Formats: sequence, C-alpha cells, structure tokens
Amino acid sequence: MQPETELALADIIRKARAPLSIIGGGTRLRPGEGQADRLRTTALRGITLYEPEALILVVRAGTPLADVQAALKAEGQMLGFEPDARPGSTIGGVVAANASGPRRVQVGACRDALIGVRFVTGDGQIVKNGGRVMKNVTGYDLSKLMAGSRGTLGVLTELSFRTTPIAPVSQTLSLPGLDATAAIAALTSALTGPYEISGAAWLPGHGAILRLEGLERSVSIRRKALSARLAEFGELTEGDPQAWLLLHPNIHSDGDLWRIICRPGEAPALIASLPHVVAVDWGGALIHALVPAGTQPALPKFSGHATRISGDTQVILPAPDPVTARLNAELQGRFDPRAILQGAG
Amino acid sequence: MQMPEPDQRVIARRDAISAALRAAVPDAVIDDPAETRAYECDALAAYRCPPLAVVLPASTAEVAAILRICHAEGVPVVPRGAGTSLAGGSMPTADAVVIGLARMTEVLEISTDDRLIRVQTGRTNLSVSGAVDGLGFFYAPDPSSQLACAIGGNIGMNSGGAHCLKYGVTTNNLLGVTMVLMDGSIVELGGPMGEAAGLDLLGVVCGSEGQLGIVTEATLRILPKPSGARPLLVAFDSSEVAGACVADIIRAGILPVAIEFMDRPCIRATEEFAKAGYPDCEALLIIEVEGTAPEIDEQLALIRAIAMRHAPIEFRESRSEAESARIWLGRKSAFGAMGQINDYMCLDGTIPVSALPKVLARIADMSAEAGLGVANVFHAGDGNMHPLILYNANKPGDLERCEALGADILRLCVEVGGCLTGEHGVGIEKRDLMGVQFAPVDLEAQMQVKDVFDPRWLLNAAKVFPLDASASRREGRPNAA
Repeated sequence: MQPETELALADIIRKARAPLSIIGGGTRLRPGEGQADRLRTTALRGITLYEPEALILVVRAGTPLADVQAALKAEGQMLGFEPDARPGSTIGGVVAANASGPRRVQVGACRDALIGVRFVTGDGQIVKNGGRVMKNVTGYDLSKLMAGSRGTLGVLTELSFRTTPIAPVSQTLSLPGLDATAAIAALTSALTGPYEISGAAWLPGHGAILRLEGLERSVSIRRKALSARLAEFGELTEGDPQAWLLLHPNIHSDGDLWRIICRPGEAPALIASLPHVVAVDWGGALIHALVPAGTQPALPKFSGHATRISGDTQVILPAPDPVTARLNAELQGRFDPRAILQGAG
Repeated sequence: MQMPEPDQRVIARRDAISAALRAAVPDAVIDDPAETRAYECDALAAYRCPPLAVVLPASTAEVAAILRICHAEGVPVVPRGAGTSLAGGSMPTADAVVIGLARMTEVLEISTDDRLIRVQTGRTNLSVSGAVDGLGFFYAPDPSSQLACAIGGNIGMNSGGAHCLKYGVTTNNLLGVTMVLMDGSIVELGGPMGEAAGLDLLGVVCGSEGQLGIVTEATLRILPKPSGARPLLVAFDSSEVAGACVADIIRAGILPVAIEFMDRPCIRATEEFAKAGYPDCEALLIIEVEGTAPEIDEQLALIRAIAMRHAPIEFRESRSEAESARIWLGRKSAFGAMGQINDYMCLDGTIPVSALPKVLARIADMSAEAGLGVANVFHAGDGNMHPLILYNANKPGDLERCEALGADILRLCVEVGGCLTGEHGVGIEKRDLMGVQFAPVDLEAQMQVKDVFDPRWLLNAAKVFPLDASASRREGRPNAA
C-alpha cells in the first residue's frame, strides 16, 4: 500500500484490521521491524515550503533524503544534524529513527532541528504539532516525541526543519596514531575548548578525527590554537573528509552490531569491555561495536544504554525501569489503541 | 480570567491536609493565610488567588512524599520555580498546594569532560553559568529573567533568550531530568546526549508547563565560553528595510549569536529612560557575533557589507567593552523603560521572518484602530516578537481593550504561519486562544500525553488547554480518598 495523500493514508489506517509496518525507504530497519503488511510513505513526496532566508524547510515525509539534501545544497544550506544518505532513505525515516550524524556534537540531533510535524495516529486521526517557526512553546512539543519513535505512535506525513548554512570552509584534521581510548582523551580536550568543533570521532585506520568549519580566517585561527592544545597527542595533520561517511557502520558484518550511548568519560571502560569497536562518534558518546552473534556484551555500569541493532531481535541494556516502561507503553496505547502500527525506520 | 471552581471537598479538609504535609516535611509547609499571599500570583500579577498551602521541599524524596499525600487526598498541585512566569504558569487555585523549588538550589555534579552540570532545579539560570564560569564554561539559554528565574521553570516553559539563535532553547541544552510523577513515583528521563532508549519523554516534558511531573534535578549541557563577543548597531529609516537586512544576513550563511530588533516607539521610550545614545530612527538592529578578535572582525566585515547595501542611517560597531555595554543597555532596559512611562502588556507571538514587514504594518493599523500604542522589540533572527501594548490600568475599560488587541495580534501571528507563544508559555494567559492555533484533534493528542503522566489531572490542570476542552478530564477526577 502506497497512499498518495495524507487523507488516503488516514483512511487505510482507519480501515486496517491487522498490523501494518510503516516503511519509508526501509533503510534503517532494526531487528523485528518491517514484518507486517507494509504501508509505504514514498508517494507522499515533495517540498511544501522552503525559506532559505528564514532557515525553514517543510517537506512531505516520503521525500527521498537525497532530494532534500540536493534542494538545500542548491541554496548553500543543509540538515545540520547530518543524517547519513543511504540510497532510498526518506526524510520521514530519518525522523522516525532520529538519525543524526557527526555534527550532532555541535548542532544537536535530528529532534533538535525538527520544529513541526503532521502525522496520522493509529486510530486514523490527522494531528499537527509545532509549525514553521523555530521558537514555539505553544502546547506540548509532540515533534520531539515523534522523532525517534520509529513509527510506533503515528505515521509521519510532513516535517518542518530548521536548516543550517553550509560553512564556506570545512577542514578535517586527524591524529592518526591514536587507538580508541587515547582518541577519546584527545577529542575531549578539543571539545572542552573554544574551537567550535563540528565533528569529533575515532575510526580504525584514521585515528582521532576532528572537523573545523566556518569562515576561512576563523578556521585557520582555530586550527592553530587546536594544534597547540592537542600537541601532547601528536601532530594534527590533514585528515580525509570521506572518513565522516564511514562512521555509519555497515550492518552486514560478522557478529551483531551494538550501538552504545554513554558519557564520554565512561567510554574508555566500555571500550575495554567490548571485543571489537568499529567506530566512536560524538566525542566518545556513541560507540558502535561488533559482538559475537546472539551474545550480549558484559558492560560495566554506565549512565546510558546499549542497543543491539542487527541480528534476530532488538535487545536494550539495561532494560528500561518499570515507570519509564509504563509511560512508553501507555503513550503507545493512547496513540495507537488498536495496535495497528508496527514500527519501522 | 476564568478559573475552575475550587474543589470544596479539598478546601474543607485543609487542616488535615496541612497536618499530613507537615508530618512528612516539617518546617517546609506554609499555610498561614498572611504568608500564602506571597504565592498568590507570579509575574502575571493581574490575576491572583492564594493557594491552600505552600510547601518548600529540599529534595526529590520530599517532593515525592508531598505528591503522594496530595495524590491520595485528590489535591490539585501547582509547581513553582521562582515565580517569574509571564503567562500565569504558576498561578494557584484556592484548592491547590503550591510546591516551590526555592530551597532546591544545589549543584550536584560538574563534569567539564562530559560537558555537563547536574543541579537541583530551584537553582537560578544565571547561577548555573556562575557555577562553571571559573572553569571556562557557560550554560547557553539566557532568558531575560535569568538572574531570578529557576531552571525548573525554564524546563517547564522551554525558555529561550537573546542568544538562542545560535545555541538553541532549553530543550536543545537539556540532557536529562529527575522527575516526580503525581503519584509520587520518581523517574529519570533522558541520558547522555539527551537520548534514552525508547520514546523521547524528555522532549515532551520540556515545555509541558509543569503538567506532567515536578522536575527536581536537571542535567544541563554546558559549553566552552567563546573567546570574546562584540555587538554592532545598525539603524534604518524603515522597519521593512531592517527586516530585509536580517533576511540577507541569514541568507548569507552568517549565524550571529543574537539579532535584536527595536522599533521607533520602543527606541524613544528606552532613550528617555536609559539614555543609551541610540540614533533617531524607525528601526534598529543589534547584532552580536562571537570568537577571537580576528574572527569577530571577519564576521563583522561581512555583516557591514550586507548592511551597507540597505543604506542604513547609522552603522555603529563596538570597539570597547564600554561601547558594547552601551549598545546592549537600551535593549536590556526596554521592558523597564516601557514600564516607567506606562502600564503595558507584553505579547510573545512568533512569526515567520518573511512575514515581518506585513505583520509590523498590520500591528500599526490595529494599534491606531484600538487607540492604544504598541512598541515592538523582538528577537529578529527567530521571529519571536514582543509587541508591548500600552494602556492605563486606572482607566476603566482600558485593560479589556488591551486584552482584545493582544488577542487580535496573536491571531495575526498564527494567521501568517506563526504561533501564540515563542518563549513565555501558554499558562492561563493564552489558554483560551489555543483553538486559534490547534484543531480539537491536535489538542486531544496533547491531552492524551497528560492522561498518561497524570491520569487524574491534578498537576497544574487549569493551564495550557482551554477550560472547555479539558473540562471532562478535570471533572472526571475521582473523589478525595
């Protein structure tokens, strides 16, 4: 099923008698998702409003991410949270997954750029929230609730974003010799100074990588100061700008892929407990690791959570506390009382 | 302002409720009618009602104990930070217990490596920055009331400030909270990077105006302080041109930390009051950029080039701390200055920046028709307007005319694609205009969220939603135990 209008989509949901899997491009599916009858959003496409001088974009959910990125680029702008451009990915899927890339350390996640939504609930109601202005405290912020909800509360039909200007100069710098643990110390040192770092990560073969963006003279001043600050970690050299694209790991690997969110200060102990770290992003706050298929890593106590994002079933460690679990389940029950919506990304 | 009838069953049990509260949190309960008067309103002082009692707990555990009692007794609860809400967000009802955060001011943790600070939520906004200032960090959201307002209130209202064009508002700088639900259960929301497994409950709690729970602790993102900052002032002979200049600056990819706009009535009033030396003009912009001195120079040069294309009548770049202070002086005194010359009502609508010239022209027409002056000061980078409607509180009928004009201006904001409130919140003030911006089904979806967090609708329930929309939920409360 691939409705062409929001009304048609609402009609399908109202008439549905069995669960539906909500699918954009189907590029961000997690274990267990996408199994029911598929309701595709890909016919709901097109940019409905773009005001570059106000940094505002409104776009239908099924629009390919690549189209959105191209339209913004033509005006010297971008989605600041830097979602990875998987072929076929839709903007609705990006929001449903709250997909956010390296620039999150500077400008925040997808949910931070999302300023308005339209969606259809599990009982077929068309709801709008937020709008097209970046400052808005009128009523509850359901946009945040929808971001990352993976299609479990409603089917997104239209999204509003705050856009970000593309900086005239972007420089990738690296400390190639560092292992993941040493890299986190270097990234932390960089992120705790006034350098306006727009990317701070670690990748095997690349070491610690950092990104500076802005006006030309400004970038050159900050680079000098940063080199001095990081001298104890080695010489800051020109890095490969393509490395940022490699931070989104390929799920077709040996073993199960785990995504771990933690405080950067907790990352070294977590890394030491993991058999194979594939990438570290957000200054140490995001770790991707491979763990033998079907097993669970023995993680030290930490303040975040780990999610198995490939393999048979999704696993979350630690399990959410009972009160949070109740709030999650009851919200889902309110927005989708007949349990029609089976999430997807 | 219509408020629901207080629950007489609760009022009849006042003494028993006070005794139960006092047993749970000795020395924290205020129920002497002379003392509870201090809590009868917040900064929206036009509406007042003394509460049943006030409790000033010192810890999350005490908040939980108080809420358990109120929950069992079916007592409405009104959370209060520092009482600076301009929307009546913490105005009580006669049957309500106010839970104030004033004693919860501790810093619980600072980690510069993790770029965060954890505080009790009664701590003031400015003192959060103060706690990390010596370490080279600051907390970015900077509401104008930051000297007085509490972080708990900032979270309730998702507060912003002049510098949020670059750094975002509270929701973009909030990593986690400890919150007590109405039934007394304690929950941690958010996590590192503000991200929890499951739904983004933190995202919906921020800005929910104290209706979902009482936030007792907050983990906030702190940022390294920039090397320096410098403002400039540009004056124009028309608001339209000033608006076009703002659009061109943003279009050019320059993101200053602040772009503030003042119109002639506002400039004139602030000049008389603060004598900042502002030029005689129709509109002026104050634009601030940050960085090291050469970085600031580079940005200012670009802004100057853009501004010059719009033929400003004056372009003044700060060259010293003293000059910077003078440029900001007028803007920061604007509200006080207006208060000196007149009673005023401050609106808080937000509009798409593209609609600025049209909206300013319409407001001028509406102001003339109503026979009430309107001065405009606002955050031009993000379209958050603060029209100040001047009226005479002692003149019969003036307040009503002022309220009617205010409502018309907010309707205009929604009509051009904006919203009713950009940073002050809905509270009781804009509650009855919510139907202008939202269809019943949109409000219903929001109220469903409240149903889940606070099934009996005891927390700050007469706010945000139009009374008729929330009536069945509020009246559906089971009787006191």
